[in-house]
Amino acid sequence: MITEPHVTSYLSEHYADDSFRTLDGYLAKGGFQGLKKALALEPEEVIETVKASGLRGRGGAGFGTGLKWSFMPKDDDRTKVLVCNADESEPGSFKDRLIMERGPFAMIEGILIAAWATGSARSFVYVRGEYRTCIESLNAAVAECYEKGYLGDKVGGKKGFAHDMVIHSGAGAYICGEETGLLESLEGKKGQPRKKPPFPAQYGAFGLPTTVNNVESFTHVSYILDRGVEWFRGFGTEKSPGTSLFGVSGHVERPGLFELPLGTPLRDVIEHAGGVLGGRTLKGVIPGGMSMPILPASEIDVQMAEEFLSEKGTHLGTGGVMVMDDTTCMVRVACVISYFFRDESCGQCTQCREGTGWLNKICTRIERGLGTPQDLEVIHEVPALMEGQTICAFADAAAWPIQGIMRHFADDFELHIREQKCPYPGSFEL
Amino acid sequence: MQPETRQQIDALIEKYPQPRGALLPALYLVQAENGFVSSDQAREVAEVFGLQPVDVWEVLTFYNMFYTTPQGRHHVYVCTNLPCSLRGGRSLLKQIEAHLGVHAGETTSDGRVTLGHEECLGSCGTAPMMRVDGVYHEDLDLTRAKQVIDGLE
Repeated sequence: MITEPHVTSYLSEHYADDSFRTLDGYLAKGGFQGLKKALALEPEEVIETVKASGLRGRGGAGFGTGLKWSFMPKDDDRTKVLVCNADESEPGSFKDRLIMERGPFAMIEGILIAAWATGSARSFVYVRGEYRTCIESLNAAVAECYEKGYLGDKVGGKKGFAHDMVIHSGAGAYICGEETGLLESLEGKKGQPRKKPPFPAQYGAFGLPTTVNNVESFTHVSYILDRGVEWFRGFGTEKSPGTSLFGVSGHVERPGLFELPLGTPLRDVIEHAGGVLGGRTLKGVIPGGMSMPILPASEIDVQMAEEFLSEKGTHLGTGGVMVMDDTTCMVRVACVISYFFRDESCGQCTQCREGTGWLNKICTRIERGLGTPQDLEVIHEVPALMEGQTICAFADAAAWPIQGIMRHFADDFELHIREQKCPYPGSFEL
Repeated sequence: MQPETRQQIDALIEKYPQPRGALLPALYLVQAENGFVSSDQAREVAEVFGLQPVDVWEVLTFYNMFYTTPQGRHHVYVCTNLPCSLRGGRSLLKQIEAHLGVHAGETTSDGRVTLGHEECLGSCGTAPMMRVDGVYHEDLDLTRAKQVIDGLE
């Protein structure tokens, strides 16, 4: 079990302390001060504060959290709903798990602040079913909050502010991390994403006005309300303030989580993780979870924030950094990635359902030494036919990493086809 | 479906704005009875929720964590996604296959273990890993994996 990140900052500084997982321990460390300060403000002022903080969602898309909250309808009699997206399934991402296991109250506090700001009486935390430890941790925390008056009729002693929270377990489907797939699943259906509009703020969970935010996004909100916008903006960059829990995996000496300011150079993040395993040479890095295009070793002088990564043709995503050394066969990497998306496509859009299968079949054929030059043309064509053509962004997520690999490592594919075998006998086993 | 399960489902339904919200949690409860959800049980669940059996069946077959056929007494899942593969996850799975004498997706002949591979489980910093009956075993090597698996009754 992970107990604390290798490098900590405000989110994670108390994660090694078991008492931080109890309400008393959380209060002793200044917990629920953010909620107290929020409740002294008008809901609109809370939204303005979060907008002014510049907090960008940490679930992958990086949308402004305060702006998202402002979409919730004001003159609407329907019950408003918050959903915490805790379906962390992006390969290479494991930060939300740590937050829920080690600091569940800070996340719950953030949800309550959002509930006050948006007038939401109910919330659902949708946790991926495999995260049993998180579900247990959250259920215990929610029970304590009900006991001590942080959930229920008068949240934090505030008259007229009632809020109920349910911890809901998913059942093993990557697509339920997509917000409308998640809403369908929460309603007891297959997790097939919805067409938008209507957006969740108009028609969300159970047809009610809904805002969906990621675990880490809610958690930052607690600290922003407590310590202020100026303090928060002291971390990170102008366009991407705050820290993030970067998860570093793959070929590094010391994999794990590192809470660092957004904008930290990627090279430094890798150095924090002890550098490339065995002192070997770097080949490529996926900077933001498996859906994001890979960067070759020559392109890693970049700061870890969306505004810089997008200039390099990739994205911050969830901040899951996967490091690959020079023994790595990029065709095998493409096989693993394309298998995952083929397996997880929900199947409702043809481009995605068929495209993911084609990509996986072709990559596998090339890896086995059975590829033809024509296969390379198809690998270039298929992602272009998937991207932007479907109901949700899953097809983009499946297309981008393959496009990224082809952009920087087409040589690996050509070599396989020319030699009719994999030229990397020392690569990870497939 | 046992009467206690039915009571628990009725309590769950109260927690959602619409009854169907409790369908996934209800299916977990039903599955806990025998380790899988039979078509008869799915029909019963459909009745409780006022749904057609196919509505329940399509949910059951959409999600990885529901089973519609009898399973081994224990589930062993090895993660084979990229971060684990880079750290030997697939080699580990092959060695476990050899140790148990089954392929991923199969159950040992004594019904003890159903072996599988799984996509990313959020243990990328502690790879490779396996999930055994819901419990994570991380920073794994073959020796420790065998110890855990051989300890299953």
